[in-house]
Amino acid sequence: MNAAIEVRNLIKRYAKSPVNAVDNISFSVKEGEFFAFLGPNGAGKTTAISVLTTTLAKTSGEVQVAGYDIATQAAQVRQNIGIIFQNPSLDKNLTAEENIRFHAVLYGLYPFSPFFSWMPNEYKQKVKELSELIGISDALDKPVKTFSGGMKRKLEIVRSLLHNPKVLFLDEPTTGLDPASRKSLWEYILQVRKTQGTTIFLTTHYLDEAEGADRVVVINKGKIIADGTPQALKRELTKNFMRVTPKTLSKFVKELQSLGIEYSVEGIHVNIPIKNAGVDVQKLLKTIESELVDIDIHSPSLNDAYIQLITTEHE
Amino acid sequence: MNRLRTRLSVIATIAYRDVMKFLRDRMRIIFSFVFPVMFVGVLGGGLQSSLGAASGKDLLTMTFLGVLAQTLFQSTASGIISLINDRENDFSQEIFVSPTSRYAIIFGKIVGESTISFLQVVGILIFGAVIGIKITLVGLLAIFPAMVAAALLGGAFGILVLGNLNNERTANQIFPFLVMPQLFLSGVFVPLAGTSGLLLTLAKFMPLTYAVDLMRGMYFLNDVNAQKDLLHSPLVNALVIAAMFTVFLTIGTILFVKKEKER
Repeated sequence: MNAAIEVRNLIKRYAKSPVNAVDNISFSVKEGEFFAFLGPNGAGKTTAISVLTTTLAKTSGEVQVAGYDIATQAAQVRQNIGIIFQNPSLDKNLTAEENIRFHAVLYGLYPFSPFFSWMPNEYKQKVKELSELIGISDALDKPVKTFSGGMKRKLEIVRSLLHNPKVLFLDEPTTGLDPASRKSLWEYILQVRKTQGTTIFLTTHYLDEAEGADRVVVINKGKIIADGTPQALKRELTKNFMRVTPKTLSKFVKELQSLGIEYSVEGIHVNIPIKNAGVDVQKLLKTIESELVDIDIHSPSLNDAYIQLITTEHE
Repeated sequence: MNRLRTRLSVIATIAYRDVMKFLRDRMRIIFSFVFPVMFVGVLGGGLQSSLGAASGKDLLTMTFLGVLAQTLFQSTASGIISLINDRENDFSQEIFVSPTSRYAIIFGKIVGESTISFLQVVGILIFGAVIGIKITLVGLLAIFPAMVAAALLGGAFGILVLGNLNNERTANQIFPFLVMPQLFLSGVFVPLAGTSGLLLTLAKFMPLTYAVDLMRGMYFLNDVNAQKDLLHSPLVNALVIAAMFTVFLTIGTILFVKKEKER
């Protein structure tokens, strides 16, 4: 009932293409949820986001966004979503305020006026508040081309929130930003989420950004190949293991074989899967007699889980 | 706000944005004058001294009027066609996902690009005055409706092309083939009267032909001698342009709106 996004059996095949870019996917996103859509390049992420944001017609399936059908109620869907595109969507030669003003008029919030000073007071007040929030109040009348990458992204987000969208789509929003800008952009997005309860639909390459999500869906070659919380995905997809470097590899392998312990060799290292880190490691070390040079215990990150998922899928 | 006011606001915004983008792009302003200046200064001047002087005609003014029509037509047309690469660039992405009507986008674009072509024309008129082409004030008032017609026809033509194109690469490859023949077959440089056979038939298929002819017809409204060089009366030209404008705009808009989503 309270789904912000509901996708059922969505298929998108581009004209002249022999394969489906999005191949029969279904998922739903709850209101207020932080939802991450992951996948390698060409997996179908941007295609899916284009269909969800009504800029691309679906081939078949059913999609509702913010409670409206994307095919029959496109205008209502558009009125209720905000989008941060993969490519910058600001006019570089126009000022920050002009970029905001044109957005406001396009969404029917205020009538058009060629000058900031002629705009309604309510608008002027709002722009001032927002620009203070992201720290550009001094640069409102400067052309956007003078802004840094991080500032531009923040400006786009401020602009996309002007019409109070229920769902905010972010298509790889931090691509090309330096780590400091990425961090501060994320702080801002999470703050918006907290104060406005906006549902967030994120696509990203950076796995650490999805680690904070409520739910992750991984897509590859147009199909969903994993769906769950980041923690569940990690548990499901990767195992903890102990990486041991023995003094003599052949002798150590022979000993493991005689003890019946599962292992795999990787160069001069031997990987031994373990279930619960502390206890298993201690047990194992007690039984082994071969001389060891180094021991390392690996806990997977979401990144590891993701890479494993994508590579298994390719094999 | 009521619906109509919102629509008008959107059209004004899209047009204003186009004009502002043009005015703040110095390179684009400079380049938009290169061709007209070349055509008028070099070609028109050359024609006048070789042919015009001998025939006793004012070929320089003829060419100048032709270039005015051509600039208005082509600048508006190419501005509209640029919508195709806009979809993935800058603020246009925002325009396409906004809840506004596609028709409002197209109308805004036509108004904006026409205004830009008029700004270019102001520059060309000044250049003409500098090199000694005397356009009278009465003449200027007389050709004003013809200039509006040329720009609007170019806009409708641009939308027709836009509705039939799939991507930017096709647009860049096809555009010269749509523009060059019009440039040479529409009598921009030399009036078409006296042309016959295949060339005349081809010329009659070029939308720009009628815009050029209307422009000259309006300017030489009281000059019987110059009127001999024209194809049709201004009224016939105006009717043909109105008909083409309506057909191009309707078909182009329908195709564009349909194609915009169904990729």
